Amino acid sequence: MLLLLWTVVYPNVSVIVGSFENGLEHWREFAASPADREALRTSLVISVASVLASLAIGVPLAFLLGRFEFPGRRLLRAVATLPAALPPLVGVIAFLFLYGESGVVTRSVERVLGMAEAPWRLRGVSAIVFVHAYTMYVYVFLFVSAGLERFDATLDEAASGLGANTWQRLRRVTLPLLMPAVAGSMLLVFMNSLGSFSAPYVFGGGLRVLSTQILASKINGAMGLAYVETTVLALSAVAGLLLFRWIDRKRKYTLAAKGGRTRRAIKSKRAQVLTAIAAALVVITLVLPHLMVILVSFARDGVWTTQVLPPEYTLENYRRLFSEPELWRPITNSVSMALVATAANVVVCFLAAYLIVFRKFSGRRLLELLVALPWAIPATAIALGLAATFNQNDLLTGRVLLVGTFWILPLAYFIRDIPLVASAVEGSLRQMDPSLEDAARGLGASWMLTMRRVILPAARPGLVAGALLAAVTAVGEFVASVVLYTHANRPISMEILAQLRALAFGTAAAYSVLLIFLVLLMTLAARSFEERLA
Amino acid sequence: MSAAPRAPSGNDGALALSGVTRRFGDYTAVDDISFEVGRGELLALVGASGSGKTTTLRIAAGYEVPDAGSVTLGGADITSVPPERRGFGMVFQHYALFPHMSVAHNIAFGLEARGVNKTERVEKAREALAAVGLKDAGDRAIQSLSGGEQQRVALARAMVIEPRALLLDEPLSNLDPTLRQTMRDDLRAMLRRVGVPALFVTHDQEDAFAISDRIALLRMGRLLQCGTPEELYHRPVSREVASFIGRGTILPAVDNGETASITIGGRATDVPVVRADGAAPRLEHAYVVLRPDALKLTNEDDPRGWRGSILNRRFAGGTVMYRVQLADGVTVEVESSSGSAREGDAVAVTSSGERFPLVPR
Repeated sequence: MLLLLWTVVYPNVSVIVGSFENGLEHWREFAASPADREALRTSLVISVASVLASLAIGVPLAFLLGRFEFPGRRLLRAVATLPAALPPLVGVIAFLFLYGESGVVTRSVERVLGMAEAPWRLRGVSAIVFVHAYTMYVYVFLFVSAGLERFDATLDEAASGLGANTWQRLRRVTLPLLMPAVAGSMLLVFMNSLGSFSAPYVFGGGLRVLSTQILASKINGAMGLAYVETTVLALSAVAGLLLFRWIDRKRKYTLAAKGGRTRRAIKSKRAQVLTAIAAALVVITLVLPHLMVILVSFARDGVWTTQVLPPEYTLENYRRLFSEPELWRPITNSVSMALVATAANVVVCFLAAYLIVFRKFSGRRLLELLVALPWAIPATAIALGLAATFNQNDLLTGRVLLVGTFWILPLAYFIRDIPLVASAVEGSLRQMDPSLEDAARGLGASWMLTMRRVILPAARPGLVAGALLAAVTAVGEFVASVVLYTHANRPISMEILAQLRALAFGTAAAYSVLLIFLVLLMTLAARSFEERLA
Repeated sequence: MSAAPRAPSGNDGALALSGVTRRFGDYTAVDDISFEVGRGELLALVGASGSGKTTTLRIAAGYEVPDAGSVTLGGADITSVPPERRGFGMVFQHYALFPHMSVAHNIAFGLEARGVNKTERVEKAREALAAVGLKDAGDRAIQSLSGGEQQRVALARAMVIEPRALLLDEPLSNLDPTLRQTMRDDLRAMLRRVGVPALFVTHDQEDAFAISDRIALLRMGRLLQCGTPEELYHRPVSREVASFIGRGTILPAVDNGETASITIGGRATDVPVVRADGAAPRLEHAYVVLRPDALKLTNEDDPRGWRGSILNRRFAGGTVMYRVQLADGVTVEVESSSGSAREGDAVAVTSSGERFPLVPR
């Protein structure tokens, strides 16, 4: 608990304190700066637009896949969650290759229509929302799909038996009951968009959002202003959190897991053909970014200029990655930092979840809050908090100087992933009958034995799933890294950005493919581990 | 075989299924079922799980469309009319009350779907609640209701739309035993009052006996027999019916017309028998059903009786149930108003004078 207070709360406190270091001066500076006001407004606009766009894609897709049977359904279902497997920066790069000014799709449209210049520019709010919608609709899709699956089909039947037509049933029964799932996913998209860094950073152009402003202020040495901006960003996130809590306030019911509805086949031939075509288009759109990154990873650096597709292909990018120590370094960095952070997550979050679920003690609510807190704070804010805290020889930080060392990034990853791992473990533990622990103790088992033979096995599924999620996010982490990295401990994401800046698209893409490959490898490892134990 | 369906009675609002069949892949859930429920009549669909009773109910309600056969209401074919246009009231097994609406809103939902204005909706919902004895529960949340209250709300919701038929899926299965007893009587009274055809599914024959006017007994998708509870109990059409309905020991017998002869312990005894309406006058392979209430205990040396000893004695309220071991490994149950015999006593068992049901194989 002290450890959590020290790592989770203290940095944020120092940010807030820092924002007041010269009285209200930094706040006045913030309020007076048109750039910052614009950044706040843009951040909020982007977040709301991203939520709406994700809803527009995720909800219909969940209904289509959950309620209807049509040719191509299985394929569509298989690729529907693919965008979530792209580390944030990689998704952005893929979009750049596809829809950027010299992207494949852009160029193709340009050629086909015989236009003199690019038909669109991948810049500004719409570009950012476009990328967000692609990567974040998955949350909406997953939440609504799960809701539909648990939806008690007899409620729908009861409504139709009472004379309600399809539209009335949707409006009065299905949608209200799915509201909790929809609201939950909206909140996730909102928080992610608000803290999103990669898309605004790459596509923003002259556009300012809070997360990029914070980095700019920090680089310019205006730490006081950066603290204010961070506080404002965190407050917006908390406000969003409270707003959604309020929307969802009246709910007293839960959806009982009954489900059991068979999918309806689409009958009319025309509708069948139309859905199949639509499904094919969606599948292509979803898979294209992945394929594009793979394709570009084989492109020779520096020769892809005005052609639709890269003209020359080579294995050189990969060969250099594996043979040049300077290029290999980010990979070992990312993997080792992710492993350290995940190991810490597993130990700390297991203990926290165990205490929350099984022990009644006075600090329990506080512990719950501490564990959930990093979730409500955008990653940029967490990173800045760490930068503010662990860069001075201070008694409260235990005289630990971390900024500029290897340890600062794993610490950031660890904090970011606390809520993820803890809630996964908590979920597993809550399914266990609490009297099992008493039973084990009653049979004379020591605390250690009970832990090892009863509690740990019960927590295992959540522990494995949580560790996997933590490792996957940590290995591709970008948002906190960009604030805290140094040349020596730069992770893959920073190297991708550097290569992109040097216009070495092939190398950047090769790193991205490697990152996707790492994610895949970890997923498979976790699955086989789980299967062997189960 | 199934009881001959009554001739369609035209426009009196009766609900009729004729030759209804429903297959799921290779599996035939409902196989050529026909019956009719008149206005104000209560018909119970009885059977073990997997007998096709729920599918039959869902076909009547319109949630399933039969592969063959038809559903008619008052003579009009409604086989492919969707549920929302049938105007039937349905009570689901787990009630399917909308968890996001109050009690009153649940009840008014069907009226809302019919475009009834708000004042009338409120008024009718109040009346319906009062009719099921929950006058003041309108503003309560569904989660705060007990099982019995939920059942009443579900019933009120189905009745407020003035349904043309009422369909109930295991309406009593979620209630505790005491509540179940009182709800049986209440349910019967309420269904009678509505005066429309009422069809309900149950796996519990006591529920069926208590509530229904007639019972349709289903097994593996086929209709075994449809008739009054008394008919099914006293004049079953087959061995299957006899073994499902009521208690009793079924023994092979030689059919002699008015009587049949059964052999226990090497001694053949003639017993008076009754056969189902329309059954063959002589059966090749006949069975006699020895019901506990058609047997009595006598002295060990009664010459007409089958000798045996009492295995087990069970007090059943007004009477006592004895399980008696006879010769050849045959055991029978005997219901007796006197409880003087004890476990282990040597006794004899004879007919109490009633006729035994005679059924084909």
